[in-house]
Amino acid sequence: MYRYDQFDQSIVDARVEDFRDQVARRLSGAMSEDQFKPLRLMNGLYLQLHAYMLRIAVPYGTLNSRQVRMLAHIARKYDRGYGHFTTRQNLQFNWIELKDAPDILAELATVEMHTIQTSGNCIRNTTSDQYAGAAADEITDPRPWAELLRQWSSFHPEFTYLPRKFKVAIIASDEDRAAMRLHDIGVQIVRNEAGALGFKVFVGGGIGRTPMIAPLIREFLPAEHFLSYLEACLRVYNRYGRRDNIYKARIKILVHEIGAEEYARQVEEEWAHVKTLGLDPPMSEFDRIAAYFTPPAWEEGLSDDIDLSDPEFKAWVDQNIVAHKQPGYAIATISLKPVGGIPGDASAEQMEVMASLAERYSFDELRVTHAQNITLPHVKKADLYAVWQALKEAGLATANLDLISDIIACPGLDYCSLANARSIPLAQKIAERFAPLDRQRDLGELKLKISGCINACGHHHAGHIGILGVDRKGTENYQLLLGGSGAEDASLGRITGPGFDEDGVVDAIERTLDKYRAVREPGERFLDTYRRVGFEPFKEAIYG
Amino acid sequence: MKIATGNDLPTGDVVWWDGEGWTRHVEDAAEVGENGAALIAREEASRRVNAPYIIDAEMTERGPRPAHIKDRIRARGPTVRLDLNRVPIDPATGSWVI
Repeated sequence: MYRYDQFDQSIVDARVEDFRDQVARRLSGAMSEDQFKPLRLMNGLYLQLHAYMLRIAVPYGTLNSRQVRMLAHIARKYDRGYGHFTTRQNLQFNWIELKDAPDILAELATVEMHTIQTSGNCIRNTTSDQYAGAAADEITDPRPWAELLRQWSSFHPEFTYLPRKFKVAIIASDEDRAAMRLHDIGVQIVRNEAGALGFKVFVGGGIGRTPMIAPLIREFLPAEHFLSYLEACLRVYNRYGRRDNIYKARIKILVHEIGAEEYARQVEEEWAHVKTLGLDPPMSEFDRIAAYFTPPAWEEGLSDDIDLSDPEFKAWVDQNIVAHKQPGYAIATISLKPVGGIPGDASAEQMEVMASLAERYSFDELRVTHAQNITLPHVKKADLYAVWQALKEAGLATANLDLISDIIACPGLDYCSLANARSIPLAQKIAERFAPLDRQRDLGELKLKISGCINACGHHHAGHIGILGVDRKGTENYQLLLGGSGAEDASLGRITGPGFDEDGVVDAIERTLDKYRAVREPGERFLDTYRRVGFEPFKEAIYG
Repeated sequence: MKIATGNDLPTGDVVWWDGEGWTRHVEDAAEVGENGAALIAREEASRRVNAPYIIDAEMTERGPRPAHIKDRIRARGPTVRLDLNRVPIDPATGSWVI
């Protein structure tokens, strides 16, 4: 994985000292909250319901064991013993004290981590495929390109005060595991007919108040022009994005209002100019970065056989293991969704277990997934049983990847100052209702996503089943959506009708799934059946 | 009744105006009546508390209970981590909040 050079380290260290001074001035009363707020947000420090919340950047979701141990240390020393992995592949601590924030940033800097650009109207952490560098279906590792993006976008002077926040995702396979088309810019690495590497560029996706699937803006962008083209995309947005109305300020609104074709034309026009500025780095610079992502020293000639005589282990292998590009290896996903647990939460002790397993069994790498789980990307199949036993002991061996209890849920009204309704208790009730693994596996792949407000941090529009919590005359109410997808078959869910209370929405989901079981054809996922039979039969089942 | 709340500057803790200063216990919150706006202006100027605001509450046998669920959750803590709650083992916490 990428390692800081002297420039990265000195930039991060300098930022820590800047923030230490800013915090001291705030605590002394020399600075008002209005003056301080934009400064703390630039360092990922929010004020939530109960305390300050610190959001830590995990570039493209990649961590090593040293970093995870540091997160565990921070959880224990400065927080309340746990952290929350987010749908942006980042980590949040919920109970931070302002006076401790500079010391926390200083500790993070010692393991090449920071909180820069995890808030504000700037280019946020670039997300990617959690299986990058390991997936059997990728055409190259997308992370060197994500790292190039990180370096280009860090403190980019022109894009520090955009009309609104800006999120980029990059993948390198046809299967989309990063919700790529629900980002402001989505990039898919492809090869053209001549075999040259380049990019499909999608612009103007997003969820939130006005969900949009990003349209294709450029069919093939030659690799050597990656940054100059993105610079042009951002410049057009920076110039014409709506700064007069926060609800219309995202790039998706601009692209939608002028049309994808016209936006693409303006980008091409701007790009013709930008290309003359020499912004694209020489390929030698890309190669320097890519060298950090050289595949680990996989052993050759390993067996693909796995002893599955333990039925509980077999269930975990069947559900949480996917194919690796190297024979004899597997990609293992650690579910942070135990039935009755809090989606995405991990205790300091669990973080340390995962760090140790990564160090011993996965070439010291872990990945955060946008579905709030953790992946060990390079595990020998022969080691899977030992890994599973250690996970089981730590309460981390839930065999539910992509099943109904593998729920994405935002922090909701239990933690978040923007939320209108709680998400976590609802996720827990749904997971408990459908707890038996046989029942979950019978229902098959089912992506259920819950947001506690219209901002959609829980990706509810992209859920096969989505739930949006709203405030209805001072009480929590939940709207049900069906038919969304954040994958390569991206679609937006449709609201079924009037909302429900907490128990009512769980019952409505059960009626929805009873209908699915009644009408599905062999091999159909819930989403497939929904798309085949349409909305009405499910609405009828829900409301009678 | 009207009560005032905000977050303590150095810790971020939820605090309530008790008539003389800021307390972490909603039970001790004081009626601010018509003086809320002046209190908020004064406290914002003093820079001890973050984002203070006035809310509606009802007086109960156990003290003021905020009218909105968001402020009741602020008063007690996350409903999903009762071990972190300000009333850790109070079985009535759930019903008080919800």
